[in-house]
Amino acid sequence: MLWWGSVGLGVFEAYQLPPPPVVLDAAIGLWRRGLLQLDILATLARVVEGFGIGAAVAVVLGTIVGVTRRSEEIFEPTLQALRTVPTLAWAPLLLLWLGIDEAPKITLVAIGAFFPVYVNLVAGIKGVDRKLVEVARVFDLGGVDIARRVVLPASLPDLLTGLRLGATQAWLFVVVAEFFGSSRGLGFRLTDSLQSSRVDLMIVALVCLAALGKVTDMLIRAIETRALRWRDTLGERRLE
Amino acid sequence: MSRRLAVTELRKRYGELPVIGGLDLEVAPSEIVAVVGPSGCGKSTLLRLAAGLDTHYRGEIRVGNELVCGPHPAVGLVFQEPRLFPWLNVADNVAFGLGERHGAHAQALVRDALEAVELTAFAGALPKELSGGMAQRVALARALVTEPQVLLLDEPFSALDAFTRMRLQDQLLAAWTRYRPTLLLVTHDLDEAVYLADRVILLSERPARVADVIPVAPARPRDRRDPTLAALRVALLEALHLERDARLVTA
Repeated sequence: MLWWGSVGLGVFEAYQLPPPPVVLDAAIGLWRRGLLQLDILATLARVVEGFGIGAAVAVVLGTIVGVTRRSEEIFEPTLQALRTVPTLAWAPLLLLWLGIDEAPKITLVAIGAFFPVYVNLVAGIKGVDRKLVEVARVFDLGGVDIARRVVLPASLPDLLTGLRLGATQAWLFVVVAEFFGSSRGLGFRLTDSLQSSRVDLMIVALVCLAALGKVTDMLIRAIETRALRWRDTLGERRLE
Repeated sequence: MSRRLAVTELRKRYGELPVIGGLDLEVAPSEIVAVVGPSGCGKSTLLRLAAGLDTHYRGEIRVGNELVCGPHPAVGLVFQEPRLFPWLNVADNVAFGLGERHGAHAQALVRDALEAVELTAFAGALPKELSGGMAQRVALARALVTEPQVLLLDEPFSALDAFTRMRLQDQLLAAWTRYRPTLLLVTHDLDEAVYLADRVILLSERPARVADVIPVAPARPRDRRDPTLAALRVALLEALHLERDARLVTA
């Protein structure tokens, strides 16, 4: 309503902010030509692949670093240093290394997803109650079994928080990735419409990105509430 | 089934601080022995060593004829707190020590253990839904399910109210009758010690040694109001005071 009103009252000119019907028309036009579907699918595929790879590497590395002190000394300083590199700074390097194909885009998304998952998981593992680990030791469980049966389940809440933040980052990074030399995707649609000054198309892309990001978040939240039903916290209580 | 627990010339220090200084004790198969002593005298340390959680000590700890040099499937330990895995339901918590193969045999063992602590109806409950006493019963069942020959209990009921504690003591005895493990119980509750144990071992101030051994004669089931038990309790209390006074004099 605010949007509609502001255009109608002349706060914004129509070329700056087109009213909703115009944007809807633009969306339908894109869809009819099959471009919107292609954009959404291309972006979604990059997010899924990049997030999958980044999160998987983060879980493996995070578990190793969290459980063994030795590997912490090896990996942690490097990873902490890498973490301080700003997002965009990766793009030129990846372009140079991996070409302008899918590879650098997926890698960029993977980097974006990796750090939140890794950081949260390591913190979660460090916070696992030593007393629970001791119970497993009394039953003579080995290191791998303790990690699998006690440490990982106990740090699941933190892992899921990491995955949620990682997914948000993945959506952020995919747009950045698509700014550079892509011919499909919602990020490409944004830069493309910038060149042709099509604000309506830009808004279509933005709305799609927002919706997809929201759906991802809801999906992970749903998994969270299912998988963490055992938690005895304020948040859990409120759900009952 | 059950085995003897024998501790000889046990010495343990944390850095410069000697905690256990030449301790000898023996628990016969299926016997119940309670260990009491001044707080901080190394009672819990003794159990940690016997459970194989800490192998830096001098002297010998044997289960049957085997030397303890790490966690042993024949030795179970119940901690002061339940320490249940919050993400597992009651039955899965009890089954934890049986590994991940949940065959029919494992299920039968879990059922038996839950029956022993009268929690069959709560098999599917999550730890957050249990009261403190129930949680500790689950912990007991988890320790019993692997049918340990020696069961160590570290002040298992100290966090519970008096009524729940008495109920759990009786349940422990019932479970002991069923599984007949050799039982070493650390407690600071003298009533508990004389009610449950065949012998009560009094430890000295740190570094811990055996200061006194008091046999508890009355046969089970015992009556908590039995004057013999009350007299033993007084004797224990006096011995504890003597122990402390001796310490004050030397200090």
